[in-house]
Amino acid sequence: MLSVVITAGIVIALLVPALTFFEQVPLLEFLTGTRWTPRFADASYGVLPLITATAWTALVALAVAVPCGLGSAIYLAEYAPERLRRILKPVLELLAGVPTVVFGYFALLWFTPFLQDLGLEVGPFSLLSAGMVMGVMIIPTIASVSEDAMSAVPNALRQGSAALGANRMQTSLRVVFPAAFSGVVAAVVLGISRAVGETMIVTIAGGQMVQMVSNPLQQGATMTTFIANAALGDSRVGSLEYNTLFVVGLLLFLLTLIVNLIAIELVRRFRQEY
Amino acid sequence: MSLYTPAASGADARRAVLSTSGRSKEQTPQSVLFIVLLWLSLLIGFVTLAVLLVDTFADGLTRLDGRLFTGYPSSRAEEAGARPAILGSLWVVGTTAVLAVPLGVAAAVHLEEFADRKRWWNRLVEINISNLSAVPAIIYGMLALGALALIGVQQKNIVIGGAIALAMLILPVIIISTREAVRAVPRELRDGSLAIGATPLQTTWRITLPAALPGIATGTILGLSRALGEAAPLLLLGGLVFLRFDPNGMLSQFTTMPIQIFSWTAQPQAEFHTLAAGASMLLMALVLLMNGAAIYIRNRYQKRW
Repeated sequence: MLSVVITAGIVIALLVPALTFFEQVPLLEFLTGTRWTPRFADASYGVLPLITATAWTALVALAVAVPCGLGSAIYLAEYAPERLRRILKPVLELLAGVPTVVFGYFALLWFTPFLQDLGLEVGPFSLLSAGMVMGVMIIPTIASVSEDAMSAVPNALRQGSAALGANRMQTSLRVVFPAAFSGVVAAVVLGISRAVGETMIVTIAGGQMVQMVSNPLQQGATMTTFIANAALGDSRVGSLEYNTLFVVGLLLFLLTLIVNLIAIELVRRFRQEY
Repeated sequence: MSLYTPAASGADARRAVLSTSGRSKEQTPQSVLFIVLLWLSLLIGFVTLAVLLVDTFADGLTRLDGRLFTGYPSSRAEEAGARPAILGSLWVVGTTAVLAVPLGVAAAVHLEEFADRKRWWNRLVEINISNLSAVPAIIYGMLALGALALIGVQQKNIVIGGAIALAMLILPVIIISTREAVRAVPRELRDGSLAIGATPLQTTWRITLPAALPGIATGTILGLSRALGEAAPLLLLGGLVFLRFDPNGMLSQFTTMPIQIFSWTAQPQAEFHTLAAGASMLLMALVLLMNGAAIYIRNRYQKRW
């Protein structure tokens, strides 16, 4: 019962302020506007700058996390000797617990200077640095979930593949990977929702300037950065500014919900029972 | 799995199967490149995380001292400490545990043992729980903020508010792991208990739950360690405050360690960054210790029925 109450609670708690917001700002302007300046006298409420920043960080994070996570999973499930696997898997799970604020500290004070040393044109804040560190943060999640899926593929399939003369790479890529596909999809989607909803890393290292982001070397404020910063300032309950907080929150919630529902459908469609 | 599977399990069995197919085939250029790529992908993750640990350790070591535990936040870095934040974290996570653990375990036991799975609302609940676990943490902060505003509480930065947000955040974790643990208890144990005259409630309380305890403990500890490291929802509740007193109750103002680290990282002076690193080490030690304990309990007490 409780989870339904919580979900209903989330929807109501976000909807009420959001509806009052849309009485004052038309929906179309909100979704297609390219200026986000709720604090200016000449206030403008176009959410696109926040969305572009969120999309870029999530893309960078996934570009790091998906290949590394799946590579680690294939290695752990198909190649690693049992003893090494028994050490590596718990270590991976342990590292999944590093608090995000520590990743933020690391991104700002070690990784960004490191990127600058490499000769990249990044400022003290950049979505590239925040996204890459976020990607590393997500690797254990993707690796752990998809490794479980690959380990669950029955050995008979591997034996059949070997009997047909395939080597281990061919078996991993053409037999085990497709058979575990629904689990892999679930892992990647979990990664996406974590990347979109992650707050501390982007707030610390991604910068606070709201702007349309066209390449990840820029800084920019994501939806979560905006929510965190707006919450730090003292905005009166019921004011338009307080309501914008909830509108952006609602958008974030709907985005992750849609991604999730698509995932559930994909998992259902590709599930194979053994 | 079938009769043809060798007795050895896991990767060893896989290797045994595949090694019979000959060495030369495993050493084509592509498959050598493939395994190098796999190694690389594993290395990137581990090396970055190792650098993170070493870097934080090197930065923070000088300030991981007594002042960190006894000092109050200060504008002068050499005097500042995290005492209110440490106590605040303990208060908030403790309250979270009191709220979330009984609720989560009860919900899971209900779903697993008593709920009729054919009813549409029970199916709705199940889909819901898996969805809730993917909701961004910051949303739970907004929910708690909205709830407090709705019942007209003016002071949003109170321990119980933070605990409510974190409890909602970790409930799905506790529910899912408890359900798995309860499901793993074999039918025969319950049937045996019922056969000697116990009621279903007695069976659940005295047979199923004790048998599922390691699994429940693992899920609970993982959930609480997540609550301990989480900053975003509390930031929304105004957790970033300058406190010069110890939190002393459910209605007390609070700040927590992750938020203290965030605020020190955001300062321009390098001395505060050192402080942030010191506090990060303390926080990570706590979180990793809890996770380690959870993984140990799981591997040690995992019963094969």
